[in-house]
Amino acid sequence: MSAVLTINGLTMDFGGLRAVDKVHLDVRQGEIVALIGPNGAGKTTLFNCITGLYKPTGGDILAIPPGGAAKRINGLKPNQVTEIGLARTFQNIRLFPNMTVLENVMIGRHCRTNSKILGAVLRNSRTRREEEEIVAFSYHLLERVRLERHVNDFARNLPYGAQRRLEIARALATEPFLLLLDEPAAGMNPHETRELDDLITRIQEEMDISILLIEHDMKLVMNISDRIFVMEYGKEIAVGTPLEIRGNPRVIEAYLGEEAHA
Amino acid sequence: MWKFFSLDEIKKSLLMALWFIFLTFPIMVIRVNPIYNVVEWRWQNMALVGAGAFFLSFLWRYFLEYKNPAPSKPADDAAVSRSGRFSELLRSSGTRRLAIGAAVILALAFPYLFSSYQVNIMTTALIYVVLGLGLNIVVGLAGLLDLGYVAFYAVGAYSYALLNLHFGLSFWICLPIGAALAALFGILLGFPVLRLRGDYLAIVTLGFGEIIRLVLENWNDFSKGPSGIAGIPRPGIPGIEMSLNASSVFLYFLMIALALFTIMVVSRLRNSRIGRAWIALREDEIACQAMGVDKTKTKLTAFALGATWAGMGGVMFAAKTTFINPASFTFLESAIILSIVVLGGMGSIIGVIASAFILILLPEYLRAFSEYRMLIFGAVLVIMMVFRPQGLISNVRQTYRFKGLQENKEGD
Amino acid sequence: MDYFLELFLGGLTRGSIYALIALGYTMVYGIIELINFAHGEIYMIGAFTALIAASVLNIMGFGPVTILILAMVLAIVYSCAYGVTMEKIAYKPLRHSTRLAPLISAIGMSIFFQNYVLLAQTSDFLPFPSLLPELEILEPYAYIIRSSEVFIILTTFGVMVLLTLLIKFTRIGKAMRATAQDRTMAMLVGVDVNRVISMTFIIGSSMAAIGGVLIASHIGQINFYIGFIAGIKAFTAAVLGGIGSIPGAVLGSLVLGWTESFATGYISSDYEDVFAFGFLVLILIFRPAGLLGKATTQKV
Repeated sequence: MSAVLTINGLTMDFGGLRAVDKVHLDVRQGEIVALIGPNGAGKTTLFNCITGLYKPTGGDILAIPPGGAAKRINGLKPNQVTEIGLARTFQNIRLFPNMTVLENVMIGRHCRTNSKILGAVLRNSRTRREEEEIVAFSYHLLERVRLERHVNDFARNLPYGAQRRLEIARALATEPFLLLLDEPAAGMNPHETRELDDLITRIQEEMDISILLIEHDMKLVMNISDRIFVMEYGKEIAVGTPLEIRGNPRVIEAYLGEEAHA
Repeated sequence: MWKFFSLDEIKKSLLMALWFIFLTFPIMVIRVNPIYNVVEWRWQNMALVGAGAFFLSFLWRYFLEYKNPAPSKPADDAAVSRSGRFSELLRSSGTRRLAIGAAVILALAFPYLFSSYQVNIMTTALIYVVLGLGLNIVVGLAGLLDLGYVAFYAVGAYSYALLNLHFGLSFWICLPIGAALAALFGILLGFPVLRLRGDYLAIVTLGFGEIIRLVLENWNDFSKGPSGIAGIPRPGIPGIEMSLNASSVFLYFLMIALALFTIMVVSRLRNSRIGRAWIALREDEIACQAMGVDKTKTKLTAFALGATWAGMGGVMFAAKTTFINPASFTFLESAIILSIVVLGGMGSIIGVIASAFILILLPEYLRAFSEYRMLIFGAVLVIMMVFRPQGLISNVRQTYRFKGLQENKEGD
Repeated sequence: MDYFLELFLGGLTRGSIYALIALGYTMVYGIIELINFAHGEIYMIGAFTALIAASVLNIMGFGPVTILILAMVLAIVYSCAYGVTMEKIAYKPLRHSTRLAPLISAIGMSIFFQNYVLLAQTSDFLPFPSLLPELEILEPYAYIIRSSEVFIILTTFGVMVLLTLLIKFTRIGKAMRATAQDRTMAMLVGVDVNRVISMTFIIGSSMAAIGGVLIASHIGQINFYIGFIAGIKAFTAAVLGGIGSIPGAVLGSLVLGWTESFATGYISSDYEDVFAFGFLVLILIFRPAGLLGKATTQKV
């Protein structure tokens, strides 16, 4: 299987603080990869580097679209990264609260469509067709995450779990080959988490999208991941299948140990 | 409601009254004339302030409570239906058609029912409708607080005045040129400043507005300085001589056409790919970028488009008054246009039209109040932000219907 | 050389006044992240209060020193009262709203105050009595510096020292620094945040009032509009130095004062304000965090 994302020696400094320290990571096509580690290990910072919100201090991030050539994406703007085919969700949900649920997803179509001001003003047949396609595509995604009932509601009025699913639908609307989920299960009840488990697996299988996720819910991580990367204090301390990680003493000490104390 | 008249509340209001009497004492009561060394004592103002503060403090507390109900009360649903009722009424297609029909008839008949003085006032109000809708793109939709909008208005007005003066270009050629020049200025200013954070952007645009005005005031060779440019021709139809009265009616209809054009463009943009990107940018800049929207390009489009309308408004203004000078383009003008947008409801088209009429026509017809106009503008901005930051008409978004959906959603 | 010295001292005077106002901007911004657009009006109200007090006291037959002290005290008291009332009415109810709401509210307050003074007093320029005594020592140097300029520079210096001591060593100063760093955390450890915010407005307003009285007495006339321009300039200075930073506000004010003074002295006096605004635009473009400000990375 070929890789879709390769990270080599990635480093991110904030002033004197090294948040990410020479991390190597790769995601292969069709994989679900989990990134775990105690709070403050640099997981979200790594995500922000990948998606262009931060400019890494050193190292390389390569994105390889299936069937395409590798592109070095560090230093690109977030929208350029998304255009290449990486989409993300946020740890503390960042929806567009005063837009409807459908419109939130429609924004995801922005970079895959191209009608301009003139088209919007004239409302010519091309623009109308494109607009219909955007609506249909977005609605279809809402069905996938079971939010079709809420199409016309304001995003801010959705329950918490539904907001997380909406963020996933919005990211999917950009037609990514790699989906990055930042703690998708945070704040969900066990029932919602089970549904999420199912949703993520279905996205990977049915839409053929590789997934990289940060998650603290160990049950979810062990259930769905093909491989797990473990970080601590900005460094990568272990890689392996769920089984290997479960038995790795270093990880138990660093991560599960903390869990046991908590 | 009744608890607001308990002894405790009366005591609070009395304290407020005393505080404001103290606060306003030197400025409201005493007036000095340092040249003749006379002091005028205006005790009646003290009584006015005291009584006013006493009653207003009841209202203030009542509305604050009304806006933020105590968490124990399940008043949330009520709040939704309260604010929703007016919007619902606007959305129901029957009332809407009726209202639009009535507005069209009134607009067409207006010049034949009223004097040319009234027609001129109406033309002014329509210019502000266009300006308000234009600024609404920038502030209301894209969420970029532009305090120097008047600069683009000035660019439009001076383009017409100067091009006509030096090259004899007609109104019809200058209208698109004025719009294009304003857009160009929008891009020139927008390019460097749009990466600034919201409140810094506000101040830089304000500075830019002042720079344009000061340059117009001081660069005599170019703009004729404070004395301004007079004798700007009113628009006409080539080959037809028009009386003063006829030409102001003509200008009125021209303004109606421009306003309708603006409404059409803005409402179509609002529910388009680019309009959604503006709103998303306003709602959450980071998420918006992460969803593949080019921040700089999107902001720049909003800025340039907003400026275009200010440019056209400026050309119209110059044509209407036939005389312009830098004094028409002060920061207060920007503040008035901003009030129109804020009062109307950020992003709402009907709201902005309504508030442009309210803010421009009311002071015209209530002559007695006209000197209090700016005072009231200031108070309105504060009161709106405190009690109803969403404006007269709150955010209404387009709804869609789908075949698969069994729920009975009301139509758009 | 004399001309240079004159411009240098003129710039220092201007810069001192800007500093007195800019500190209010920067402190309020540091605590509640609000550009208090109406801060300039507080300075204008301070100057008006002093003018009214001085005129009344003069008619009542008080001596110049008493008038100066009483007018200054009243200007400070009233500026503080207006500052605190403004905070309670226009900013406090908006503490949890969007970023633009308090700024629009502040613009509203600014327009309101200007027109309040315009309507209750006058739109004309009023002559302001020269409250500051003439120093005979300086007479030979009158072509370079006036005694009022010396007073302004010295008073500003004194106020800066007091402010520094207040912020470094007093309880409220420490509470202010804590609130500026992290409001929620400060609240959790028992800092009365409302009191801190009120104190910030009081300190800022006092300094603005002192600035208002000094400059009015130096220039010799005031009207309702002086606050607007001074406010924008002081804000420019605060941003120039890095908003939120107290030494930055002082440095920015001095740089702006000198820039204006030299530019009008050597280039052209017509474009005085254009230099200031142009400067602001350039700074924000090339160094958005200001001279002493820190660039912050937004947390995602």
